[in-house]
Parts: sequence; C-alpha cells; structure tokens
Amino acid sequence: MRRPSARKRWSWRSQAFRGLLWQVVAVLLVGFAVWFLAHNTLENMRARGIQSGFDFLKGPAGFDIGESLIPYDALDPYWKAFLVGILNTLRVAIIGIGVATLFGTLLGIGRFSANAIVRGLCYAYTETFRNVPILLQLLFWYLVFTEVLPPVAEPVSVGPFLLSKAGFSFPWWVEGRWSVPAPGAFSMEGGASATPEFMAVLMGLVFYTSAFIGEIVRAGIAAVPKGQVEAASALGLPRGLQVRKVILPQALRVIIPPLTSQYLNITKNSSLAVAIGYPDVVSIANTSLNNTGRAVECISIIMLVYLVTSLSTALFMNWYNKRVAIQER
Amino acid sequence: MAEPIILFEKVNKWFDGFHVLKDIDLQVAAGERIVICGPSGSGKSTLIRCVNRLEEHQEGRLVVDGVELGDDVKAIEQVRRNVGMVFQQFNLFPHMTVLENLTLAPVYVARKPKAEAEANAMKQLERVRIAEQAHKYPLQLSGGQQQRVAIARALCLTPHIMLFDEPTSALDPEMINEVLEVMIELAGQGMTMVCVTHEMGFAKAVADRVIFMDAGQIVEQAPPEEFFSNPKSDRTKDFLSKILGH
Repeated sequence: MRRPSARKRWSWRSQAFRGLLWQVVAVLLVGFAVWFLAHNTLENMRARGIQSGFDFLKGPAGFDIGESLIPYDALDPYWKAFLVGILNTLRVAIIGIGVATLFGTLLGIGRFSANAIVRGLCYAYTETFRNVPILLQLLFWYLVFTEVLPPVAEPVSVGPFLLSKAGFSFPWWVEGRWSVPAPGAFSMEGGASATPEFMAVLMGLVFYTSAFIGEIVRAGIAAVPKGQVEAASALGLPRGLQVRKVILPQALRVIIPPLTSQYLNITKNSSLAVAIGYPDVVSIANTSLNNTGRAVECISIIMLVYLVTSLSTALFMNWYNKRVAIQER
Repeated sequence: MAEPIILFEKVNKWFDGFHVLKDIDLQVAAGERIVICGPSGSGKSTLIRCVNRLEEHQEGRLVVDGVELGDDVKAIEQVRRNVGMVFQQFNLFPHMTVLENLTLAPVYVARKPKAEAEANAMKQLERVRIAEQAHKYPLQLSGGQQQRVAIARALCLTPHIMLFDEPTSALDPEMINEVLEVMIELAGQGMTMVCVTHEMGFAKAVADRVIFMDAGQIVEQAPPEEFFSNPKSDRTKDFLSKILGH
C-alpha cells in the first residue's frame, strides 16, 4: 500500500522549515565572513602596494637548505624549496608516527606487566614525558646532540650505530652493498646519517607522543572484557599469543579514534622544528615569506599542506577503523 | 579407585583477607560427572577455576591429569591444553568467525596444520549441531548458539576434562535446553565433567555425584538420588527447598 503523499501545510512551526531556515542563515553568515576577509585583505594590500599572486614560486629561491631528500641548491625555484620543506615535514612525521606507535604500544602493554619494575618504569616514563612541554623537549634533545654528545672523531657507538655531534649514523645500502659509517675528518663517512636537527625533532616528537599513545593503548587494553583473557588462558594460549591474537585486535577498536588525533598532533607539532632550525615546510615558508613578502600566499601553502596531510591521515584511519570494527549483524 | 584425574588435598584459597576455599578435599575419577551447586559466594566457581588455574590456590595440593599445579608456567599450559572450559558469558572472541574461534588454539597451541584444524572444528560444530553458522561472527548468533559454539571450541583440543561454570545462567529460558542437550550428549560419551550449575534436572539426569558447597566448604556430596531425596545437612535442605520449592 502506498502512503498518501502527505503534503504538509506550510507553517512557521514546521521542523523541516526551521531546519532549512537555519541552514540558509548559516550559509549566508559564512559567505559574508569569507567575502569580508578576502575583500579587506585585497583592499589593504592594494592600498599598501603589496604584490600578490603565486607567480613568485617560479623565481629562484636564493637560499640554501640544511638538508633535503631531493637535489636542491639556492638557484632552484621557490616551488622546489617548498617541496623540500614538505618532504622534510612528511619524513619526520611519518617516521615519528611509526616509532611513536611502536614505543607507545610497548608502553601501554608494559603497564599490564606482571613485573612491578616494568610497570613502574612505564608509568614513570608516561608521567614524565607527557607533562613536559614538547618545545622544551625539542630544545633538550637539540642541546644533547649539539653540546653533550662527543665530536665526530670519537662517537658513542652501539655496534655499527654511531651517535655524535654529527647526528645519528647507521649502516645503509649504498651502491649495491651495505656501507658501515666510520668517523672521518669533518663528518661521518659511509653509511647514512640523520642530522642533529632531524634527530632532535624526531626524538622530541617520539618521546612526547608515545607517552600519550601509551595511555591510549592502556585504555584500549583495559576495555577488553576480562572474560576474553580468561577464555584465551583456558585454551592454553601463552601470554604473548593472548596479547597478539585476542587482546590487541579488540583493543584496536577503542584505540584507533584517539590514536588518529595523536597522528595529527605529530604532524602538526613537527612545525615546532622551526625552533631548532630543521627545515620543515613552516621553516621554508617563513624564509620565503621574509624574502618575498607574499604573506598570504606562504601562509596559504602551509595551511594547504597541513589540511591535505591531516585529512588524508584521518581518511585512512577512518577506513582502517571500519575494517577492524566488530561485526554484529 | 584408580588414580583420580582431579585431586584436591587440603586446598585453601584467600581473596585478600577473604577465605574463599577452606580445606577442600576432593577426588574426581576419570569419566566421572560431577555437579557442584550452592548459594552464590560459596566458592563453587572459584573451585573449578582453580582446576585450570584461572585462580591460584595458596595452600594444599592440586593435581590435574597427573600434573601438579604450582607456579610452573609450562605445567599450567599443559593442564590448560587438556582441560576445556565453558563460561557463563560464553567468552567467544567477537573479532573472529566461529570457525576461527575454534581453530585458534589447535593451530597456535597444538600446532596442527590449518586444514586439519578446520576439518576437526567442523566436526565439533556438527557435534553441537551448529555447523551451518561456521562463517558467522559470534555476535550474529543467539545466546544458546554462542554457548554451543563455546562448547565446540573447548572440545577442539580433545580435552580429558570439561569444566562448565554456570553454562546456562546467562541464557534466555527457551535456549537453556539446547545447551543442556549438548551437555547430556557429551556426558553420554564418557567425558569427565565438572559442572557448576543450578539446573537440578541436569544433575539428576547425568551426574554421578552432586556436591553442595557453602561458605567455602564442601558440605555434602552424594549420588543425585540420595542427594535430592535424603539430604543430610540442614544447610543442604534449606538450599534445596529454596531452589526446588516453586
């Protein structure tokens, strides 16, 4: 049977009408705000004779960048300088996310250890590193690398891994074989090295964020019903398998949404790299802004970069969250 | 009597200061079917949870299937492999299909090839008459179906002993029977069973011995006919009048 088409009589009190009205008002307000800001900016820039436009990206940047994943020199155009900055941001964020997730997961699991010392250490770590501002931690690690560590000639070594004022050096696949780093005259020779700036940003991000991730993992594990562990124990599963096969997969549903926020935080906090001279996208944009005076354009690029990375992280994590969700019907 | 498959000797257990098990002496022979009943808080669940060491006892000796339970991790794992357990709340793994629930322990603990584990799992699912649900997830099933899956999961390791901790207490009334039928069938096949339950019909039908516990002690034990018709202690009489009196 078809429902008779219920054409409601128009009324001020209709829910549908009120809903529509509020939406129209909201769109108008937002539209006005955007127009007002854009118009104002353009007027002011014209009044002060400031040039605008993205054409500057094609001109030579004229400044050097401390480290780059792609070949770059001062004669290269601005867009390439920005690309270097974006890649540097992504590099420290992606490696940071990986290492912080690993550390954080271990920390969270450690809080449930049968060993009181392990539990205590994980607790102390968490409370220390999440309560010290991240900028301070970045400066601390930068100081460790530039002041505390020994010079290149006499590095602290753990196997083939070397720590010195030249940063962190490790064996790397060079020209078809493993190359092991060794102290040279002014820098490490062979292998690969991460600069002190990169290491300071990375360690600051990792130590700070893994404390938060540890708490998130702990909450996730605590949310798994006790009966699950009992059932796994009753089947004779050793503790490690219980964690891997029963506890973590179920904890993930609780962990992923807040974990996504931490991933976004790592990416955005990597902009603090400015403070110690790691050339991330914000640092490059700042330099470009000073050189060209194109403030609106440079800030827009920063916003766009963070918007795109944040949205793609969020999209990926939401997809993953759906995948691990428990099927109920 | 041959060597008992479960042996409690003067077993004592405390939860912090609370004395839950007091000088428990109990022997269960292989193939014997035991029903444990008693008021809540009497220690009956704790007692059977000691058998596969989900709870640890602090005093006395507890030998299960020839292995003495202490803090030796390997001994505990060996006992757990030979003792199946079914819980009040089913405790199926909700993120795995029914079949994956059943093959987890055979594949990772008993190290059987996956195909063999799956074939055996299907056989156990047929035994509890639920094979057609093998690829569903636990939360897609009714309570009675979930509990039958849980029984099949425990059977997959071919245990020598099955422990049931109030297996029907969380079920809707119309689902209790389908679970009890499976348990009765199992009892008929000579499985050693220790079952905490208030299903007195089940006790009468299959138990060799009914044990009544109160305040952490075994108050009375007897074959069901005698237990129900001629209880000795006042506490047992009082308990029976409460659960059978309506």
